Amino acid sequence: MLNLAFPASLAKLVSRLPVAPPSRVFSTLANRLLWPALKTLDWQPLVGRRYAIRVKDLGLSLRFTVTQRGFAPDSGAPDLTISATSRDFLLLLSRREDPDSLFFSRRLVSEGDTELGLTVKNLLDALDPGLVMRRLPAPLARAAQRLMGT
Amino acid sequence: MPLDLICPAGSLVSLKAAIDHGADAVYMGFRDNTNARAFPGLNFDEAQAAEGLRYAHDRGRRVLLALNTYPQSDTWSRWTGAVDRAAKLGMDAVILADAGLMRYAVKNHPQLRLHLSVQGSATSYEAVNFYREHFGIQRAVLPRVLSLPQVENVVKHTDVEIELFGFGGLCVMVEGRCLLSSYCTGESPNSAGVCSPPKAVQWTDTPTGLESRLNGVLLDRYGKDEKAGYPTLCKGRFEVGGETYYAIEEPTSLNTLDLLPEMLKIGIAAIKIEGRQRSPAYVTQVTKVWRAAIDAVKKDADAFKPAPAWQAELNKLSEGQSHTLGAYHRPWK
Repeated sequence: MLNLAFPASLAKLVSRLPVAPPSRVFSTLANRLLWPALKTLDWQPLVGRRYAIRVKDLGLSLRFTVTQRGFAPDSGAPDLTISATSRDFLLLLSRREDPDSLFFSRRLVSEGDTELGLTVKNLLDALDPGLVMRRLPAPLARAAQRLMGT
Repeated sequence: MPLDLICPAGSLVSLKAAIDHGADAVYMGFRDNTNARAFPGLNFDEAQAAEGLRYAHDRGRRVLLALNTYPQSDTWSRWTGAVDRAAKLGMDAVILADAGLMRYAVKNHPQLRLHLSVQGSATSYEAVNFYREHFGIQRAVLPRVLSLPQVENVVKHTDVEIELFGFGGLCVMVEGRCLLSSYCTGESPNSAGVCSPPKAVQWTDTPTGLESRLNGVLLDRYGKDEKAGYPTLCKGRFEVGGETYYAIEEPTSLNTLDLLPEMLKIGIAAIKIEGRQRSPAYVTQVTKVWRAAIDAVKKDADAFKPAPAWQAELNKLSEGQSHTLGAYHRPWK
């Protein structure tokens, strides 16, 4: 079993940060590291909507919108809020867990526009992991591969 | 071959996962309401379907296309267009429910193999044989309302291959005839391709629990540690006669691993896994377990016993609190 737990002291520190800087850091990092691998997807249905990712154990809330050129921080009321622990987000990202299973067992909560939530889920499910790996920066791809156990 | 494993594919990634982990065939839908999992972002466009077919055929597996909703007169051409595309792409079979569409397929694409969908609601060998005589169907997927002796009776009296559901979400099982959700949404699952259109579904986390609503109608409120289910009307809890409970059906998942030896003995052609709306992670996990189970039962049916690890893996993936053998197992009979 992978140890995916976050140190409690670090979580406490992160939860004290205001929302804006982590959202900005998230968008900047995601654009630099992930967008090249993700930009070929059909983002059209998601553009201009507002999203919040709540990492419960870290007390972290990432707010952003999606544009044609990538992610941008956005502090407006989210259309879709997805909440889970950092461990469960990692399990989802590495495809070790199925989102519906986590949803049934109440570990994943999706609030707001259900149709938008399903669109996001299906867009991410349709991502070919091999293709993404090849387009990720090498250290990130190595970390992802370790996480996926491949 | 008896007991072919038929796995769900909502995307190319899921299709490849199913094939890689031992599915004999996968079933998919096009990106519209011509199939009963018409969710946004799910399913295959023509190019993806072609790639999926190539992937499966290169490995000696088959691809079936679900065209299992009922066309309406003003959108008839969408369904016939889908049949044409299926034939052009070289689908190994189309899974149809509507008799008019079967007639269209037989007339225009006589080489196309036809399966009768569970949505066709054929529960007797007379009904199955009717579709055989008129449209030459090769296989029928039986509704989940029959006990195994009733299934056996159908198998004995028809040449049509019989496919059964083996695992996955259950509903009230009046397949092809259920209009329940249209009371809330105005849309019937049999023509719109989905029981609860996502645009009508709302989830809210409240201090008293997680609430699901369909077009404003409260379906359920899940307490802190209760497992949640899909937001369909049939699985809601309602106040009836002063009591609040699952008045129609409790959310459970079908799991028939225990019945595999009997299914083999009866001569069931294929076992279908539900869940085209689920992720590649689900497809991978369920396919692995069912491949192992079917291989084991074929090797030695008498010694077959489902491994506890298989059951644990499947339990983790299920909707609701429990697993059931469904109508197949009726001990009082």
